[in-house]
Order: sequence, then structure tokens, then C-alpha cells
Amino acid sequence: MEILNTALVDWSRAQFALTALYHWLFVPLTLGTSFIIAIMETIYVKTGKDIWKRITKFWMTLFAINFAIGVATGIILEFEFGTNWSNYSWFVGDIFGAPLAIEGIMAFFLESTFFAVMFFGWNKVSKGFHLTSTWLVAIGSNLSALWILVANAWMQNPVGMHFNPVTARNEMLDFWNILLSPTAINKFLHTISSSYVLSAIFVMGVSAWFLLKKRNLAFAKRSVIVAATFGLIMSVFTVITGDESAREVHRVQPMKFASLEGLYYGENNAPLAVFGIFDRTPSPYNPKAKEFAVKIEIPNLLSYLATFNPHAYIPGIHDLVHGNDAHGIISYYDRIKMGKIAIDALKEFQLARKAANDSVANASLKTFEENYKYFGYGYYNDPHKLIPDVPLVFYSFHTMVGLGFYFILLFIFGIIYAIKDKLTKHRWFLYFALWTIPFAWIASEAGWMVNEFGRQPWVVQDYMPTLSAVSNINQSSVIITFFLFLVTFTALLIAEIRIMLKQINGHKDGGTK
Amino acid sequence: MFEKLSYLGLQEYWWAIIALLGGILVFMLFVQGGQTLLHRLGKNETEVKMLVNSLGRKWDLTFTTLVVFGGASFASFPLFYSTSFGGAYWVWMIILFAFIIQAVSYEYRSKLNNFLGKKTYDAFLFINGLVATIFLGTAVATFFTGSFFHINSMHHSFWDTSWGGLGLALDFARYATYVNLSLGLAVFFLSRTLASMYFINNIDDKVVAERSHQAIIKNAIPFLVFFLFFLFNVIFMKGFNYDPKTMVVNLESFKYWHNLMDMPVVFILLLLGIVLVLWGIFRGYFFFEKCGRKAIWFTGLGTVITVFSLFLTIGYNHTSFYPSVTSLQSSLSIQNASSSKYTLIAMSYVSLMIPFVLAYIWYAWSAMNKKRITRKEMEEDPHTY
Repeated sequence: MEILNTALVDWSRAQFALTALYHWLFVPLTLGTSFIIAIMETIYVKTGKDIWKRITKFWMTLFAINFAIGVATGIILEFEFGTNWSNYSWFVGDIFGAPLAIEGIMAFFLESTFFAVMFFGWNKVSKGFHLTSTWLVAIGSNLSALWILVANAWMQNPVGMHFNPVTARNEMLDFWNILLSPTAINKFLHTISSSYVLSAIFVMGVSAWFLLKKRNLAFAKRSVIVAATFGLIMSVFTVITGDESAREVHRVQPMKFASLEGLYYGENNAPLAVFGIFDRTPSPYNPKAKEFAVKIEIPNLLSYLATFNPHAYIPGIHDLVHGNDAHGIISYYDRIKMGKIAIDALKEFQLARKAANDSVANASLKTFEENYKYFGYGYYNDPHKLIPDVPLVFYSFHTMVGLGFYFILLFIFGIIYAIKDKLTKHRWFLYFALWTIPFAWIASEAGWMVNEFGRQPWVVQDYMPTLSAVSNINQSSVIITFFLFLVTFTALLIAEIRIMLKQINGHKDGGTK
Repeated sequence: MFEKLSYLGLQEYWWAIIALLGGILVFMLFVQGGQTLLHRLGKNETEVKMLVNSLGRKWDLTFTTLVVFGGASFASFPLFYSTSFGGAYWVWMIILFAFIIQAVSYEYRSKLNNFLGKKTYDAFLFINGLVATIFLGTAVATFFTGSFFHINSMHHSFWDTSWGGLGLALDFARYATYVNLSLGLAVFFLSRTLASMYFINNIDDKVVAERSHQAIIKNAIPFLVFFLFFLFNVIFMKGFNYDPKTMVVNLESFKYWHNLMDMPVVFILLLLGIVLVLWGIFRGYFFFEKCGRKAIWFTGLGTVITVFSLFLTIGYNHTSFYPSVTSLQSSLSIQNASSSKYTLIAMSYVSLMIPFVLAYIWYAWSAMNKKRITRKEMEEDPHTY
């Protein structure tokens, strides 16, 4: 099972990261603007005021430009599991494939069918049918997010399955357990609510630009009201779901949790690192090194947030690698031993089964099952290779959280100024709103970096390391496709941004009714 | 409900769903076929715009059908998914790139400041139409002629030739390559035939309709030549049979013909599909004034049924649907490549949504196509591609 060509693994990872990060530039905007448009069109249908129709149509045009490139970058992700991660596809395809298929049947058709009605149907179908189509596009895109996030959550917290030694793969035991696992629920809610925040910042920022240019004033003010209100509600929701997600990470991925807080040594009354700069790249080989040059902490808060007990013990990276008897933590050294026992037992089982030697087969199966919990660890010899890139995870996490709280502040000002009709008088706010747009994407991508780099080296937590998941293909093929994707997606991104800017710049709506 | 089905019954049920998706996908490839006809049927900007907008309201459905085909294969037959996609790397990458460049082209082609220029996006549409149809058809033909891979005891697949599967379409020293390409080209010309019919159905314009009318026959003839060549070979070729008890794979002469004889319903479906395709072409061309607009439905339905029955021919009756010519015993069947029984049952409940999905697609399609595309609409409506 083990792939020794680490360059192939790295290029495959790089390609997946590249395609996923590019895809994610467009998805959150689709997820959020679809609802914002649906809300705007609902106001139009309810009030009958033409300005709301024009507002809806303008944001719909931007939505469509973004939607197209989201689709373009999305198709590859669906097939990349097969092309570049074929061993993964067999090892867990019995579980992982289902959400992808459901995503297609339940969500993609809904999205694609009603997108055409929403975009081209203004003069072809009734008002009610058009509004329904707009809502169905919003529901469809968010449903697609549900299923792919369920799939991702399962990789982080593999529940509802068992290993079938005959077929040498994991098989589904409980569909509902997979769908409703706390990791899946939190991941879905946190991701979509943060995407709504991003969309709200986009709508608010573009509207702020109109206000700065003293153009489309009535249009822009109304857009700010909808976006800031939607954004604030969703920001609060993002904080709540993020908090819950972190507790789940603490429970099922303690190494990731320690990494995102840069916690090397476990402690009771663990403080929360609000801010920190690493002194040097912390090395587990140099445990006495000073990890942070600067660090601002809030005492006890990490223990409290993770467990609701301010005095609780939170394990650090060192404890996980070397074990901690006092707190019942099995060391990575021991897990590696048990993983190797499981791997050998599986081989023995298969040989014995082939030779029809039932007694040996049964004995090895028993050994395998006793140690399967740490199966994936058996592919490693050095436990330090089981530690993710701590500074990268730490910085990504703190960037995401810091920006999230800044967005809340921005939305509050937006609502206050919009209600008092003083938006144009506070130009500083308008500049902030405008220049916050790229930071919404930085926060969103940082979130995915926390999620994906933080769980390394696992593709399926504890069971399958990334190095054994790749396809057995030619490394040069992957290098070529990596650069092809880089060039293609970059060209399409440039096209998208230029078209959007032109659309925004050329938009004229002087009306107030 | 599905719990009562046997494991094999569930595998057959899911293969039928894959077959249905395959049939719908080939029908929906009329979008791709139409993309290769844009500047043949449209001689000025308004005419091209009508054609682009006609297809532009449907391209996403074709795209989605391909994605669902992939997703359903992954969920129901993961060993096929991992073997084919991971092995024939370049075949699938070329297909995927062809779809990536398509997805933005409709939306961006006529937008100001679009960076690459309208001609580039139209070229993307042409490339997508050409490459996607030929490569998808060629890839499906390998279900009959076989590929080069082996699978080890841990079910990891290894491709046995270099160039990531491109040999299946480019190794002209093999006779099978010609059979593979014949289906690819048949799909290409069929998609153009269907597109011509769709334009007649959806665009209210005499000039475009007359050019499309002529395009029906120009594409139907090469389609028939390539398709009959493929069908002739399939009927007479050795096929990949396996013993349902021992699962040992062997080559059997006239296997696919035997399958059609063993499964008369499938044989009747195949004949019905072919007759409907031909009927649509015949009526659409020779009775253009009276039946031109309806031809798409006959040929379209015929396409779905023909592809559906061809898929059943290679999936049922203990046949390896994804055979290996380099390692016969590594050949994949619906029995050895499938998901577990539990997963198939769970997915089968999800499949109950499919009729509902088809119903709302039909409803939205009818609502949108009630008013046909006209020159006037293209000139007045700001929401056009």
C-alpha cells in the first residue's frame, strides 16, 4: 500500500491544493450571493418596486460570472479523487463516493436546471416561478456544499464504517451516523455561514465603492442594508459554529488542535493564544527551543473553550508524540507499533485465506481488529512525521479568527450608518468596506488551510496517510497537469476579475424607485 | 424495500442507473455537437448569437450529467472509478480540460473586457465539442474492447502502458483502436445531428432552420457509417465473460451477440433505440416542414435507449464491463467492482429522487422552451451570451 515516491505525493497534493484553493475563490461567493439575490428578489416581488428588480438583476449578473468559473474549477475536484487519489478511492470509496453521488443527484441538477430559468426566464416564466427558481438555485448550491462537506468531515472524523479485510477497504455501516456526525454538522454550518459573510462583504464593499463615487446611491444604500444585516447575523452564527467546531477538533483531532494553538506542552488552565509570532520554526527535535518571540495570551481560556472547564488539561504536541500516562495519552511511538501489527496481521490474514487456513486466518483477523484503530500509523517509523506544519496552521487559524471578529465590527457600523442614512458622510467606513473585500477571501482560504494542513499527514484521520492514497501514476504527468491547471485557472481568474470590474464600473442606476 | 433485493440485484439496479445516465449524457452531448456547428450554421453575429444562446441554456445540464455520471460510478462501482480515472489519466484529463474551458465560455464570450477575446471563447466551445464527444465515445468503446491494467490483492490498480491511456485512441497498430475511435466519431457526428435538430426545435428562424436541415443529413450519414462499423465489430468480437461461481474471466466468441440473445428485452430495446434514431433522422430530413421540430425527440429518445441497452449488454449476463487485455483476471464486473450491499441499498433510496429530478428538468425545460429564440430577442434582451 505504501507509496515511496514522495515527490509524486507532493505533486499530487500540490495539484489538489491548487485546484481546491482556486475553486474556493468562487464557491463562497456563489453560496452567499445566491441567498442575497433571493432575498432581494423576494423584496421585489413583495413590494413591486422596480428598483429591487434592478438591484436583483445587477447582483445576478455578477453571480452568473462567478458561478461559471466555479463550475469550471469544480468539475476537476470531483474526478481528481479518481485520477490522482485512486488508492484512496478504493480504500474508502464505499463511504466517500455516496455523498458525491447524492450531491450530483440532489443538488447539481437543481442548481443547473433553475439557473437557466433564473437567468433567462425573466420574460419567459411567471414572477412566482422565477422567484421560486432563484430560491431553488440558492438551496441547490447550498445543498451541494452540504454533501461535499459531509464527505470532507468524514475524512476528519471517520465514523459509521468498518474495515472489511476481505475486500481490503472500509465499508459503510451507518449512513445517518456519517451524515449527522457532529463534525459534519459543524463543518457544514461553519463553512456556509462564513461563505455568507464573505458574500455580504463583497456586496457591501462594491456598494461602498458606488457610494464613494457618488453613483447609484439609492441602489447602493439598499444593497448595504441587506448585506450588512445578513452579514452580521451570519457572522454571529459563524462564531458559534466555529467555537463548536474547535471543540470537535479537540475531541477527534488533538494534534490539529494543539497545532492551531501552537501548544507544544500540554497543561492545565491552558491559555488561549490571541496573537503570536514564532521565534523559529519549532522543531520537535529541539523541544527546548523557545517557540514564540511574541505571544499574547488569555489565561485559562483555551481549557474553557475546549471543555467548558477552565482548569482542564489540554495535551500539547509533545504529549501526543511521547505519550502522557497521567492523562491516558498513548504515544505515537506505541501507535506506530500497533499500526505495524495491524498491517502485518492483514497480510497474514489474506495469505491464510488464500491457503484456506482458517485457524491462522481467524487468529490474524483477531490481531488485526485489536490494532486497526491505529492502522495508518503503521506506515511510519518516525512519529515526528505525524506532526503537521505548526506555524502554517497557527498563522492560518489566527488570521481567520482575527478577520472574522473584524468583519463583525464592520457590519455593525454598516447597519448603524445605513439605518441613520449616514453612509456617505463616513467615507472612512466606505473605504474600509471596499478594502475589506480581499480580506474576506483571505479569511475563507485560511479556514481551509487550517482544515487541510492541520490534519496532515492524514487523508483519513488515523487510518490512511496521504502518502498511501495517491494513484500509481507517472510523476511527470502530474507535474504537467499541475502547471496546466495553474495556467488555465489563472487565465480564467484574470478574465473573471476583469469582467466583474467592468460590469461594476459600467453599472448605472440613478433611479430611486 | 431495497433490502429485499439480492446483492447482485442491487448491483444490476445500479448498473441500470449508470446506463441511464450514460444514455442521457450522450443525448445531452447535442450541446457539444452544436458548439462545433456555430460558425457553419451561423453566418453573421446575430445568427451565431441565436445558436450560442440556444445551447447556452442547456450546457449546464450536460455538464451536470457528466458530473453525476462520475459521482454515481464512484459511489456504486468504486473499483471502476479508481482504476479507470487513475489509470487512463490523460484520457480523463483531456476530457476534463475540455469541459473546464467550456464552462466559462458561454458566460464570458460576449462580456466586455473578457481578457481572452470572443474568438478564443468560441474556439474553447469548438474544442469542447470536438474533444469531449470523441474522447467520451472512445472511452466508452473500451468497455467492449478492453484496457491495459492490472489490479493487485489490495485492489490497487496499475496501468500497464505509458501515456496514461492515450494508446486506447492513438495506438494504430491495434485493431481495437479503430473500433474505439469509430464509437468516438459516431458520438461526435450523432451529437451534431442532434444539435441540428435541436436548433430547428428551439430557434424560430428560417435561415438557421434551413441550414440545420441540411446539417442533419450531412452528419447523420457519417454517424451511421461509424456506428454500424462499431456495432458490427461488437457483435462479431470476442467478449469478456466470467464464471459467476468462480469469477474466472475468459474470452468468449460472439459474447455480446450472445448477451443480446440471452437478454431479449435488451435486444428489443437496442433495436427500438436504433429505429427511433433513424426515424427521427428520416422524418426530420425528408418531412422537414411537417416533422422537423419533433425530430429531436425521436432521435433523442432513441439515443438514450440505444446507449442504455448497450451499457446493459456489457454490464449484465456475467460480462466484465471494464475488461483488461493485459491481465484478464483483473477485469472489472458489476460484481467485483461494486460498493458494499449496505451502500448500494442506501444509495438506492437516494435514487428514488431521480424520477422527481427528471420531472422538474422536464417542467423547467418546457417552460423555458415555450417561447422560441428569435433574432428580435437576441437584439433586445440584455441577458444573452
